[in-house]
Amino acid sequence: MQMEVKEDRALISVFCAYTVCATLWLLFATGVGILMAFKFGAPEFGSGAWLTFGRLRPIHTNATFYGFASIALVGLGYYVAARSSGARLYSAGLAWIGLALFNVAALAGTIALDLGYNDGDLEYREWPWQIRLIFLAALMVTGCNLIATVARRASKDIYLANWYILGGTLWTCIIAVVAIVPQYQYGLGQVAVSGFYMHNAVGMWFTPLALGVIYYTLPKLLNRPIYSYALGVFAFWTNLLFYPIIGAHHFEFSPLPWWLQTVAIVFSVAMLVPVWGGSSNFLLTMRGRTRDLIHSYPLMFIFVGVMSYLIGSTQGTLEAFRSLQQVWHLTNFTVGHSHLTMYGIIAFAIWGGIYGLLPLATGKRASTLGMALHFWMALVGCFIYVTSLSIGGTIQGLDWMHGLPFIQSVIDMQSYYVWRGVGGLLMFLSHIVFAWNVWRMCYGTEAVTLPLQALRADEAAA
Amino acid sequence: MNKLVMIVGGSTLVYAGLAFMMGVLPGIELSRVPAGAGVEPLTALEAQGREVYVANGCGYCHTQQVRPLDEDRVFGRPSAASDFTYQTPELLGSERTGPDLTNIGTRQPSSVWQYIHLYEPRAVVPESIMPSFSWLFEVVDHAPAGMTAVPLPSAFAPTRGVVVPTHEAEALIAYLAALKQPAWSGSGGEGGAAGTTTAAPGSSSRPSAGAAAGAAAGGYDAAKGASLYTSNCSACHQANGEGLAGAFPPLKGNDVVNDGDATEHIHVVLRGLQATRVGGVVYGGVMPSFAARLSDADVAAIIDYERSSWGNHGTSIIAGQVAAERAKPR
Repeated sequence: MQMEVKEDRALISVFCAYTVCATLWLLFATGVGILMAFKFGAPEFGSGAWLTFGRLRPIHTNATFYGFASIALVGLGYYVAARSSGARLYSAGLAWIGLALFNVAALAGTIALDLGYNDGDLEYREWPWQIRLIFLAALMVTGCNLIATVARRASKDIYLANWYILGGTLWTCIIAVVAIVPQYQYGLGQVAVSGFYMHNAVGMWFTPLALGVIYYTLPKLLNRPIYSYALGVFAFWTNLLFYPIIGAHHFEFSPLPWWLQTVAIVFSVAMLVPVWGGSSNFLLTMRGRTRDLIHSYPLMFIFVGVMSYLIGSTQGTLEAFRSLQQVWHLTNFTVGHSHLTMYGIIAFAIWGGIYGLLPLATGKRASTLGMALHFWMALVGCFIYVTSLSIGGTIQGLDWMHGLPFIQSVIDMQSYYVWRGVGGLLMFLSHIVFAWNVWRMCYGTEAVTLPLQALRADEAAA
Repeated sequence: MNKLVMIVGGSTLVYAGLAFMMGVLPGIELSRVPAGAGVEPLTALEAQGREVYVANGCGYCHTQQVRPLDEDRVFGRPSAASDFTYQTPELLGSERTGPDLTNIGTRQPSSVWQYIHLYEPRAVVPESIMPSFSWLFEVVDHAPAGMTAVPLPSAFAPTRGVVVPTHEAEALIAYLAALKQPAWSGSGGEGGAAGTTTAAPGSSSRPSAGAAAGAAAGGYDAAKGASLYTSNCSACHQANGEGLAGAFPPLKGNDVVNDGDATEHIHVVLRGLQATRVGGVVYGGVMPSFAARLSDADVAAIIDYERSSWGNHGTSIIAGQVAAERAKPR
């Protein structure tokens, strides 16, 4: 990392543009989320075809996934790939084309869903396939650009962060193709593909890129190498081998072959290996630096991301057991889990990356107050959200097991739905602050020449 | 460059292999599962209804998969692989914010109920949080020839004119009516067969301690009766037993429910009803048969609950009477 290319202006503007677009998608997606949370208490609110819950639900998830998280992670990925390779971005033009394609896909997908055009209520692949082809094109452009950038590296080695970023991008191209080809997706065959897809689209796309960002940002901010390079490599390969096999655990007790479900459960346990390997690697990198941690919001964001990775993924393993699926499957517990992971891991890693790296790129920083507001509202909001749905979901499941009338489980959820809305509102408010912070980091006036020293100064003052 | 090829190319090859093994191969294999006995493709109208269901994301709150678990018995028999041959896109779903709909055509055969519920769910289920789909209906001055207006309770009806379904709503309700599980081809069939005394496959609650024997002892389990009534009856007859004016008959003060001879009452619950007259009012709706879904003890608990609630004073019954009625030839 000694041979950093100073002043790659093209890279900086690409990084800023991706971050700004992602932020706008985050505001939109979570604004829709708030509206939906409200509908659980006031189902008559916002009646009509365009605002009906069943159309907003996929708009919320897809805009979060393919608008916010994908665009943000690709922007970070470009920056990490170029800087860790000590090379210039291969092609700013390709990066701009990719950004345009990502945005066109997310916009067209959102409009299509709201008009009632979808390819089925198939989680995370509701967009009509033509639109998903646009997303695939964006991925392929990104993959080529990233590979070509890393190929320009000055050193012989490829830094670990790039393994995850390059791998995740290319694997996701395969996932997208598998999801689109229709020949093996009839009836129950499509259920098998759904199980594979809904899990892999999350865990082989967002997780590797988020981990890649952490592998670069954490050592960079702490100014010390990653605890164990070998452990990172080990986690990379085990994650690659185990993760693709566990998708069917989303369809336990379904008519999918019982052996397929059992294999998925077994490998869900195996996932503890890369998850604990990866998170302990991060935690051991932070060892003895608690003071640095609590005085640096970028590091705090990453710390929460790492802890969510550890807790959320371990929870995922436990959830896969049949005895626990019997209680939690089809309840709101699953919604809590998906927010603990997508929000707790991915969004926090993204924010840690952006707060840590964007000031290095632009030389402009967000205020500590802005980062503090964002961090605490997001953390407390997410905590309330996940806790209320976990408790409520458990009650829902027990209601069913006790043979109570179904409507009882709806009634029992009411207060937890309210708390979910409270948590969600805090999360949404934090995103508004985040948008303000992004503005300051991209276009603000508070210039800092050496952000790392500023970090130290903060610490000294505190 | 070599290292780049190894990491990127190698991991992508490995991933492609796993994706083929875990995504494509099961897909190929399971796409070929033949339809089970009685599993039929949808009619054109029902297929349109399914498209409405998919377009509006009904599948995000309603599953269409019955698991082989006790708690899922209320929704029907466990789903089998051969049930899904004609179901593309698949609608198994991942959340049950609302109930499972695999067998809703059997569980709730009344299209009148479905129309009221779709227009305004809270008109029939006050605690429901399902969105209103009133935008799938039109308000007109008079129902066109050959079409009946939706008999909404006055609190939910428009101040002027009547409500009629659009073609989309008609298709959707036709689709819901078509969601019926064919009986298992292998096992002994549904519990409607004469002489069934054990809990039928769809019995809605596991027998609590001594419930089967205890029901014969005269006193009935009021909590169980109330719970079963909520699960099976109150969607139409309402929690207060008053039904819905013009749509579903009241049980409160109902002659059959208060009759000293409970034979007719038991018969209606076991066999269902189509078009009836209660208190001088004609009800055109359909009441489902509960013979296959409820055990004798469950039916007795429901009937006793109905006969002792809302000021009713019918004589109470025991499970044996239900068994006797069940044994009669239809």
